[in-house]
Amino acid sequence: MTRVAALALALLLGSLSAGAAERMVIGYVDLMNDARHEDRAGFGGIVFEQRGRPHDGAALALEDLAMAAQAGGIEFELVAIQAADPAGAVGAIETLRIERGARFILIDAPAETVAAAARAVRGDGRILLFNVSAEADALRGADCSTHVMHLIPSTAMRTDALMQLVVVRKWRDVLVLEGPDARDADLVRALERSAKRFGVRIAAKRPFVLGSDPRERDQNNLALLTSAASYDVVFVADDSREFSRFLPYQTMSPRPVIGAAGLTAEAWHWAWDRDGGTNVSRRFRRMAQRPMRGEDWAAWIGVKSIVEAALRARSTDFATVAAYLKGNEFRMDGSKGQALSFRPWDNQLRQPVQLATQDAVITQAPFPQFLHQSENLDTLGADRPDSLCRFPSDSR
Amino acid sequence: MTPIRLLAPAFAVLSILALPLVVLAKDTGRIFVSNEQSHTVTVLDGRSFASVATIKTGRRPRDIKLNSDKTLLYVACGDDNRIDIIDVAKLAVVDSIRGIDDPEVFDIGPGDRQLFVSNEDAGKLSIIDLATKKLVRSIKVGQEPEGVLVTLDGASVFVASEAANLVQVIDVASGTIKANVPVGSRPRRLAQSTKEVWVSAEIDGSVYVLDKSNYTVAGRIEFAPKGFRREDIKPVGLTLTRDGSTAYVALGHANRIAIVDAATRQVRDYILVGKRPWGVALSRDEGHLFVANGASDDITIVDARRGEVVRSVPVGRTPHSVAIDD
Repeated sequence: MTRVAALALALLLGSLSAGAAERMVIGYVDLMNDARHEDRAGFGGIVFEQRGRPHDGAALALEDLAMAAQAGGIEFELVAIQAADPAGAVGAIETLRIERGARFILIDAPAETVAAAARAVRGDGRILLFNVSAEADALRGADCSTHVMHLIPSTAMRTDALMQLVVVRKWRDVLVLEGPDARDADLVRALERSAKRFGVRIAAKRPFVLGSDPRERDQNNLALLTSAASYDVVFVADDSREFSRFLPYQTMSPRPVIGAAGLTAEAWHWAWDRDGGTNVSRRFRRMAQRPMRGEDWAAWIGVKSIVEAALRARSTDFATVAAYLKGNEFRMDGSKGQALSFRPWDNQLRQPVQLATQDAVITQAPFPQFLHQSENLDTLGADRPDSLCRFPSDSR
Repeated sequence: MTPIRLLAPAFAVLSILALPLVVLAKDTGRIFVSNEQSHTVTVLDGRSFASVATIKTGRRPRDIKLNSDKTLLYVACGDDNRIDIIDVAKLAVVDSIRGIDDPEVFDIGPGDRQLFVSNEDAGKLSIIDLATKKLVRSIKVGQEPEGVLVTLDGASVFVASEAANLVQVIDVASGTIKANVPVGSRPRRLAQSTKEVWVSAEIDGSVYVLDKSNYTVAGRIEFAPKGFRREDIKPVGLTLTRDGSTAYVALGHANRIAIVDAATRQVRDYILVGKRPWGVALSRDEGHLFVANGASDDITIVDARRGEVVRSVPVGRTPHSVAIDD
């Protein structure tokens, strides 16, 4: 089940940490076959997006904070298990907890697996999972768990970011093109919520399919899909990218494309050149030999949050560190220019969302035009009053 | 380059007439400003603030500092891995110290013998011998080191590591780290008085005051200009008067300078300057504060005693640091 491909990355720092440093194991679980991390390749094997395992980001964070850890007298160890399947991932969490004493465990898996893992640890008051790559709103909503912190921005945070941009740019009407994948439907649902929240009109919503069958031309022909409607911008939901990457410059009206192509909403883009972003991306590229992506940043900030919380709380005790990490005082830097913290109502990491083309971060949301009564970052994603998440009152 | 337009004679004359009290220096009085994205150093006249010259440097010039007799200006050029040396009399780059990995901020030790520079990308502090212009040694420090400050006795160097949230104290003689001081998120720049080192913590929105005698945190200052939220307050550049009584702190995104009474650690005033002020420098008589506004491509000149803006002067793209030949 859980193959012993466990690679332990111990940072044993001798020189300064005289005497008995405390130890803390950070667990990491991912899946052996996870298509989400394979390079995106199109027809003929053309690679149009280089991807890889976010574990690289976790390893980078540990390296980045080595000296701070040393100064704080805590030795952190990242222990990773690559599970063969979703059931194995749940077992891996158990292994890390029992055999390695890991209480803080990053999990890089699709939403269903994260949800299963959360169910498996329910009732254990001494474990905290960190969701690296599952964006599903439900994980932060109806299916939320007090044991799961969310590092990657939710789908709603991304669509909110894009709709804020649409409003700021005074683009009023959006043409929505929806792909056949279930994730495309989720994304469109989130978009409709965001459009309503920020007062954007949806001019039309049209399903598309890949193909050239003339009988389906209303769904596979770009000219037909983008005509007979008046719109300022096209939003395309396309998990495959195989349709959307051909959409810009082929719309019937000369309008920008957002969503899966054109301008995309990201947790992190390698071209972010402010707030120390270039340094982080450069270190990542040196280590992983590929550009840093949103999921890599999520794993990086996950380990960073655990290490910084332990160092600031001056403790390796689970309850102390977990309380500090979830607490009001804890704010950390993620090289996106704003102090980051976790929302108490759904455990989502508050963060700016980067709106980027292929080679530039055009801007970061939230925009100053949208003010929130307490935290402007809470204009992205489910705010406290809208949240469907209900934690058991005793385990906040 | 826009500064050329500033030389329009009518404008220059008017501005001199408008500012009869601005007399800055006995020496050339010239003001040097590094422009990160223009790869230049702008030179302004110390009285008229008109542009005198634009000196082409290596790519991404950030920190700049004059030697003690103010004949040479050192310029850290991050993207070309070198430190350019400008002859202040000739207003030209006359030499370079090469092979310095991504230099960002530096300080010069007493007697101009050594230059201490943070290598942001490599996570190191490098010590350069200024006579031979050679790298003497590099010391591994926390990731993304930025602020560098040599103590007045030259025995120690303080380095702020942005990614490690640490200020590290290095013993110059042995090249070893003798203290690690945890501070707030993203420590950026440093300033000193005889007894204290002040550290800006950008994401924490505060300034930490460290006691030089025992390397501990002696105080923390928060900023609350009216109408701003905690997340808008991002202190970066800071400087102290020589007597250690007053500090000037650039608040970045809040577009303001805070004037702080060092003894009571109370903010006396907030001054509106340009966009995203980071680098700050005081004139020798401490009468004027020069503020580099990174996001509005200009510098703001503040009458430091009255706490009033004298004027703003356009420079190159993304001004980083200011040095004054007075």
